[in-house]
Amino acid sequence: MTAPLVDIDSVSHRFGQQTVLKSVSLKIEPGSYTILLGPSGSGKTTLLSILGGFVTPSEGKVFIRGVDCTSLPPAKRPTTTVFQDYALFPHMSVGSNVGFGLRMQGVDGSTRAARARKALALVGLASSFDKKPHQLSGGQRQRVALARALVIEPAVLLLDEPLGALDLKLRRQMQDELKAIQKRVGTAFIHVTHDQEEAMALADHCVVMNDGRIEDEGPPERVYARPATRFSATFMGESTILAGTVTEASDRTSTVATPVGQVSLPSALPVGSAVGLAIRPEHLVLGAAGGGVRLGSAEVSDVVFQGSFKRVLAVSVEDPSLQFIARLPAWAAVQPGDTVAVSCDTDQIILLMD
Amino acid sequence: MRRIVRIVSWLYALAVYGFIFLPVVVLVLFSLQSTSFPIPPFTGPSLRWYDVVLSDTRLTSALVNSLLVASISSLAAVTLGFLSAWGFARFVLPGSGLLRGLITLPLTVSYLIIGMGLLVLFNWAGVPKSLLAAGIGHVVINLPLCFAIIYSQMGDHQINIERAARDLGAPEWKVLLLITVPVMAPAIFAGFFLSMTFSWDEFVISFLLTRFDTTLPVEIWNLLRSGLNPKTNAVGSLVFAVSIVLVVLFELTLLRRRKA
Amino acid sequence: MTAANNGRALPRAGRALPWALVTPALGWTLLFFVLPFIAMGLSSLTAHEGSGFTVSNYSQFFTNPSYWQAMVNSLEVTAIVTVVSVLLAYPFAWILAEQVPERWQRLALMLAVLPFWTSYVVRSYSWLLVLAQNGVINRALTGIGVVAEPLQLANTRFATVTGFVHFFVMLLTLTIFANLKQLSPSYRKAAADLGAGPVRTFLHVILPLTLPGIMVGAFLTFVLCIGDYITPQILGGNNELLMPQLVMMQIGRRGDFPLASALSIILMAVVTIAYLACARWLKIERA
Repeated sequence: MTAPLVDIDSVSHRFGQQTVLKSVSLKIEPGSYTILLGPSGSGKTTLLSILGGFVTPSEGKVFIRGVDCTSLPPAKRPTTTVFQDYALFPHMSVGSNVGFGLRMQGVDGSTRAARARKALALVGLASSFDKKPHQLSGGQRQRVALARALVIEPAVLLLDEPLGALDLKLRRQMQDELKAIQKRVGTAFIHVTHDQEEAMALADHCVVMNDGRIEDEGPPERVYARPATRFSATFMGESTILAGTVTEASDRTSTVATPVGQVSLPSALPVGSAVGLAIRPEHLVLGAAGGGVRLGSAEVSDVVFQGSFKRVLAVSVEDPSLQFIARLPAWAAVQPGDTVAVSCDTDQIILLMD
Repeated sequence: MRRIVRIVSWLYALAVYGFIFLPVVVLVLFSLQSTSFPIPPFTGPSLRWYDVVLSDTRLTSALVNSLLVASISSLAAVTLGFLSAWGFARFVLPGSGLLRGLITLPLTVSYLIIGMGLLVLFNWAGVPKSLLAAGIGHVVINLPLCFAIIYSQMGDHQINIERAARDLGAPEWKVLLLITVPVMAPAIFAGFFLSMTFSWDEFVISFLLTRFDTTLPVEIWNLLRSGLNPKTNAVGSLVFAVSIVLVVLFELTLLRRRKA
Repeated sequence: MTAANNGRALPRAGRALPWALVTPALGWTLLFFVLPFIAMGLSSLTAHEGSGFTVSNYSQFFTNPSYWQAMVNSLEVTAIVTVVSVLLAYPFAWILAEQVPERWQRLALMLAVLPFWTSYVVRSYSWLLVLAQNGVINRALTGIGVVAEPLQLANTRFATVTGFVHFFVMLLTLTIFANLKQLSPSYRKAAADLGAGPVRTFLHVILPLTLPGIMVGAFLTFVLCIGDYITPQILGGNNELLMPQLVMMQIGRRGDFPLASALSIILMAVVTIAYLACARWLKIERA
């Protein structure tokens, strides 16, 4: 196996009294698209700043291409950053902005212009070479920032909430473009966001962060389908979580007592341990033709029509403190006040050990 | 009701405009007097007193002195102010709040007291009265102004712009020359312009710290000893005209910048 | 969050660069502002003739009624100027901001502060022309027969106050105008929407919101006014002395630096006390 492109080795960081990163280790493969996902204050932006060289970590080391970069300045490491506010130089033309990094490397004017044009063409802005940044729209500025960072061919491109300032529609469109550009240039992208849809759409490798720690990491499909922790089950998409206690266990199966009845699971668990059972909204079945696991009945409290589906909230009859979140087809005839049976399939239950 | 408010408003505004313009109109009008007293009745128009002013070498050399002191001291003030604002905005320095307070402190002290202090100090140190001494005083009053204006404009966005430049490989001096100075140019320009204005019009410090070669406000002050005199009106009107031209130029460049 | 911190933690620029940037300005301030102030403090503790330290310069101020009187005059004139200027400037700024059509506002404001650009000395002199024994006003008054004899307008406290008010009305119009324009128009709409008429909107919404700005402007007026030598010297003459005139007189006529230093320090102390009082008041306002 090849060495990882980036190797973050037990990095911790403190701002004054506050510890924002707690012994984080992470490896990043060449050519991958990595997303650091987490709520604000989770440490994801600090981790990115440490990778970019803007912050020196209090403890731990950062290796890029096997070289210790922990205290190397931003200019000297093979990373470039796309800033959240783009940080385009307002007094320079788009072309000069994109050519700036090459100019600092001493590349001559005509080569510089040619390469800047090529980079602008890559992001679909070939015609904006002579414009000033303030003449561009938000999405276009975003692309200029991308071109400016890519033109000096970094080993790793760092993106700090790059789509945060764009409106929803433009954000979805830029997502597709970012992914396409990344595939074309083959540079490893590390992208920070708090938007889980963005994370699922873009990532090859998704890293869920919370409170200065990595909660979960892996391909987004795996992180979504089998979240490792309660936090990642709720942050990466919604879930209904049943609290339960293991009452019986055999070689292959266990029985878990929950407020809505017994649930048997195809895995061996220590008797007496407390577990959480998470079920994704699209896996909950409301109504008679149910799945294999019965979860009691519930009274529908709210139905929200969302175009392609209906989001349904229902309160458990057995345990009024429990709320089911379900996703039903748009044509489903369900109304607030209805009492329905709730069920799901065994293999859709996500087991969370707390 | 609305109509009465309007009428009263207009009358009030006209009265205040009248009050504001009265002395200026009288000044300019009687600068065109042909006789020796700038009092009614008006005997002009004549350019006689402008002739007198422009051939008075004391006044013209004072004007050159004023321009020299204003431009050099403003240049010094804006340079020191810019460098310190950059230092304080970009780096964590121990006691930063206190030191910034120290730099802006002269803003709260009247020119008379700043001038007095320098006079006592220079008197002790044996520094002779001169235009240089007055220029030093003008830097003292304008440095905090330039610092405050430029510092207030160095926001987080500018910090990110500089970080981007460093990230792309620019060494510190290139960041300063290629990014920071051009981006901060409007604030730097505003600081310089305000300093010029204040230095150009400053009286008390120059009065205390200069002797033979002096600045225009002090020379005009000396003219006042002769009482009411159309010559003073003419100098005053000239200063006024020059200032207006400068202000209009300033406004125009500002407008052009905004449109560009 | 910590974005600003990140930006400032420039790790490898070394400690030398930031200090190299701020030292010239700090040095200048220390050398030509703090040191002179110390020199002035020391000087104020020496006698004009003779050697050794003495507090006689300060005790003179409290025992000599004419010095005392100068301070009283200064405070009175400054108070009158501040109040009159605010009362004149506020309605004017309000008219410029609310009654004048938007597109003419910039021009109207520029016109309102145009005389700023005459030299300060010349502006006071111009008022002398207006107020003189045979000046414009007296000619007009005697011409239409309102008064038989010309009024004594120049070389009075009235003249000093007029000259000051002229300057500070312009200054305060600028600051209050900026303040009024800063207010979001939604405040007025919200107040109207909730049933307040224009008068009550003004009293309960606009005025309280602009009060902090007015206080800052009034304080600025106070500081600039109490320390000014030119206006009282040209327009007030020597009939009644204000503090700055008293200070300058010690230097000019008698070369008494120690006494001038002591008087300057007393003047500064008064301004500092006013500042502390004002700062406290402003804080209460905000809370």
